[in-house]
Amino acid sequence: MTETLPTRPPTNADTPTAQQRDAVTTIYEKSVEGRRAATLPPTDVPERSLDDLIPSNLLRSQPAQLPEVSEPEIVRHYNRISRRNFDLDTGPYPLGSCTMKHNPRLNERVAALPGHARLHPAQSPKRAQGALDLMWRLERALAEITGLEHVSLQPSAGSHGELSGLLLTRAYHADRGEERPKVLTPDTSHGTNPATVTMAGYEVVKVATDERGGVDVDDLREKVGDDVACLMLTNPNTLGVFDENIAEVASLVHGCGATLYYDGANLNAIMGRSRPGDMGFDIVHVNLHKSFSQPHGGGGPGAGPIAVSGRIEPYLPAPRIVRAEGSNGAAPSFDLSYDHPESIGRLRGFQGNFGVFVRSYAYIRSLGGDGLRDASEIAVLNANYLLARLRAGRPGKHLPVAFDRLPMHEFVLSGAPARRELGVKTLDVAKRLLDYGFHPPTIYFPLLVDEALMVEPTETETRESLDQLADAFESILAEAEEDPRILLEAPYTTPVRRLDEAAASRRPVIRQANF
Amino acid sequence: MSRYTSATDADRAAMLEAIGVSSIDDLFQTIPDGLRLDRDLELPDGLSESECFDHLASLAERNAHADAEACFIGAGMYDHYVPAIVDAITQRSEFLTPYTPYQPEVSQGGLQVMFEFQTAISELTGLPVANASLYEGPSSVASAAYLAIGATKGRRRLVVSRGVHPHSRETLETYARGFGAKVVEVGLRDGVTDPSEFENYVDQDVAAIFIQSPNFLGGIEDMEALSAAAQESGALAVASVDPISLSVLRPPGDCGVDVAVGEGQPLGNRLDYGGPSFGFFAATEENMRRMPGRIAGETTDADGRRGFVLALQTREQHIRREKATHNICTAQALNALAGVVYLTWLGKQGFVELGELLARRTAYAKERLTAIEGVELLHEAPVFREFAVSLPAPVEDVLDRVSEEGIAAGYPLAREYPEHKDGLLVALTERRSREDIDRLADALERAIQAGSGEFGQPVWTKSTEAAGAEAKA
Repeated sequence: MTETLPTRPPTNADTPTAQQRDAVTTIYEKSVEGRRAATLPPTDVPERSLDDLIPSNLLRSQPAQLPEVSEPEIVRHYNRISRRNFDLDTGPYPLGSCTMKHNPRLNERVAALPGHARLHPAQSPKRAQGALDLMWRLERALAEITGLEHVSLQPSAGSHGELSGLLLTRAYHADRGEERPKVLTPDTSHGTNPATVTMAGYEVVKVATDERGGVDVDDLREKVGDDVACLMLTNPNTLGVFDENIAEVASLVHGCGATLYYDGANLNAIMGRSRPGDMGFDIVHVNLHKSFSQPHGGGGPGAGPIAVSGRIEPYLPAPRIVRAEGSNGAAPSFDLSYDHPESIGRLRGFQGNFGVFVRSYAYIRSLGGDGLRDASEIAVLNANYLLARLRAGRPGKHLPVAFDRLPMHEFVLSGAPARRELGVKTLDVAKRLLDYGFHPPTIYFPLLVDEALMVEPTETETRESLDQLADAFESILAEAEEDPRILLEAPYTTPVRRLDEAAASRRPVIRQANF
Repeated sequence: MSRYTSATDADRAAMLEAIGVSSIDDLFQTIPDGLRLDRDLELPDGLSESECFDHLASLAERNAHADAEACFIGAGMYDHYVPAIVDAITQRSEFLTPYTPYQPEVSQGGLQVMFEFQTAISELTGLPVANASLYEGPSSVASAAYLAIGATKGRRRLVVSRGVHPHSRETLETYARGFGAKVVEVGLRDGVTDPSEFENYVDQDVAAIFIQSPNFLGGIEDMEALSAAAQESGALAVASVDPISLSVLRPPGDCGVDVAVGEGQPLGNRLDYGGPSFGFFAATEENMRRMPGRIAGETTDADGRRGFVLALQTREQHIRREKATHNICTAQALNALAGVVYLTWLGKQGFVELGELLARRTAYAKERLTAIEGVELLHEAPVFREFAVSLPAPVEDVLDRVSEEGIAAGYPLAREYPEHKDGLLVALTERRSREDIDRLADALERAIQAGSGEFGQPVWTKSTEAAGAEAKA
């Protein structure tokens, strides 16, 4: 594999083709006055001057500068720049904590049915029974998978679910006349956790990690108290290990009257095998774009439904979906219910990311309960197999696993020895992986691990692709032993080489000027 | 072997051997006893692809969608035509299946889309700085409050016009409890926010004022006067805008607005029963480093070639953690792509033509509907593509009757505006022709007559009959 890969930057002989050069012009730079794509329906009503309809001080004096291009040019432009993306449908994407699993095309097809895609969100519930039925069914499935009975589909992403969770916690304590200013998060937590804590008006208190990779129970014991509102936890955590002490953690948290929040980013490890509700969690968010196959879209859309226990239920966002049994054998009917005086209220407009619900519901129905469990089992098998391969040879020496335990669906390596002994950083290994045709793992997270690489292969990858990934790591480290510069200047085969990120923040150019 | 996986029995055996365990169960031994689920999930068995398709299709059939009836419902989401190229481009694997561009060398396509999108939003709003999307409209309004509280060094009062979308006001209220802020509402007069009343509420404790234009009842607000009222006391002016209206209406940036946000659905996104769509967020230069969410920036690579990266990342949760400007991670990149492709498809001229068509059809629809006896405008303020009327008959009954003729007549105002319990909000798009408007007017007239019983026997609809039968049973 290495013989055919460039190990040096391109020279003058490798001048880009016209098409490659063309791709770095923007759609604005392609604009030519007078060109257009859209044809609108004719004006079939009296053609009055706009000034007669709207006072001129409220009207725009200059049209918005949008590109003037024909349809063929739009299609070419976006198709060309699309080729400058790496995507899951082309190759392995072991991005830790992101669960880059296959996106079934059936789900795209059913989401595009007019009854779903063309349904107005303010349609009367009487005339949107299929949509409400689907949402009801998805709620029931998520309740069963998480082990928590009450579900709201409203939050739009994991971070939005987290914010809901803390606002629910605030409402729960306020109802008991309690004011609790602190929220605990482990030092391994996703960045969204502490950011959410601040947004929800709480103060972050970090809890340490023990030598086995779980919550440091002694540290937790010292920090719990009647000033603590919540502990936010991911389990298995961002090190990929299941917290063995979760029962004790839950009892400490509940003992002080706080809530226990489950960040569902890692749910793909345990579907059908273990349930957050049974572990003692009060509030869970589920990332439908992770475990439930909604395409990631280059950074969304997703959805972050929450499931909660009985004591949190009264505070769930409104409106909620209600189901009434039909009388005399008639089909059940569904409605939106608004009358929930204790509810924290709305988190967004309308009913949530329904199109995402359709895809995830189709995924759950395609797999069934057994299939979901099997997906989690293969995800865990794949991670363990890949780790077993990486424990051998050069990766085992230069990129050792951070916490030497049986991981679940992901694991974290440390590039500290590689940096020390070979003079290459985790960033350099990641950039060289791009030349080998792999999307790199998540890097420099969790913060706890020096030079971290967080690897999550998901159930999508075959044994062969895992072998190829392990071989790529071996080969890259061999290159580093031979000549670290090969890694330090990588990548060489990508549409662009390393980019100056510092300049982009120092002197930000964040929109097209002068076109 | 379950759907969408590849591990055969032989694969499993070989992989378990390489790991050094004897069964899959061994891999789950790290889960303590008592926390391992000792039963199957109570979910229906998996379906074949064709069965699953049929099941989802049967659910979809029970929804009255905008291809099956003429949809005059708006209220923030609109039945615009989505051109075929939007589907073709957004369904490309290269856009559909990657994640956030953490590795810019292999994410130039997505990053360039963000850069182009930011430019388009900046052009529409007349503000120099735009991000790459937030979740959707109402939560973007609430996110602007978070920026304003930071920018005003902890002022904790938020003054919101009653013309702001009820979902945005409710979302703002929800978020405000986390921000430790109080929301105060200012009423409407003659269909728009009254600047002089606004002034009474704005003082040194106010972080921001929130307006919407056109407002929820369709009225076009004087954003300039309202912004000026806020800024005198050092509060920020936040405007939520319908992006389609910016084809012909004065952009918020020209009116002194500090932050413009809005619901992006009208820009090339499906109705999708409310989502996914996208929220847009634009601001003045001085608020750049307080912006929420991803922002793409232009730079160069090691060989001096032009490229794009995520810029100003030190604002964001993955770097700044509890000090981040927002907690958002996954946003709505694919929906924003649909937005920029749509705006490009319309182009500079097409966008203006669309705005003019909507304003003219709206004027025509206003005249047709108010010609019906007893139907009156709720206000005389200028409107763009949506207007509010009051009906001389119970609105829900009228909507039910009109729906029998294949028309969704509009959005009833009673729940969120009890002061307009007979109110109906009617929206226009380029898909609602003059013929559709005439059909709507005729159907409304018949339904109102039936409801008032003025012209003989009421015309009982099927649904009323069914309800009556059920009541007897």
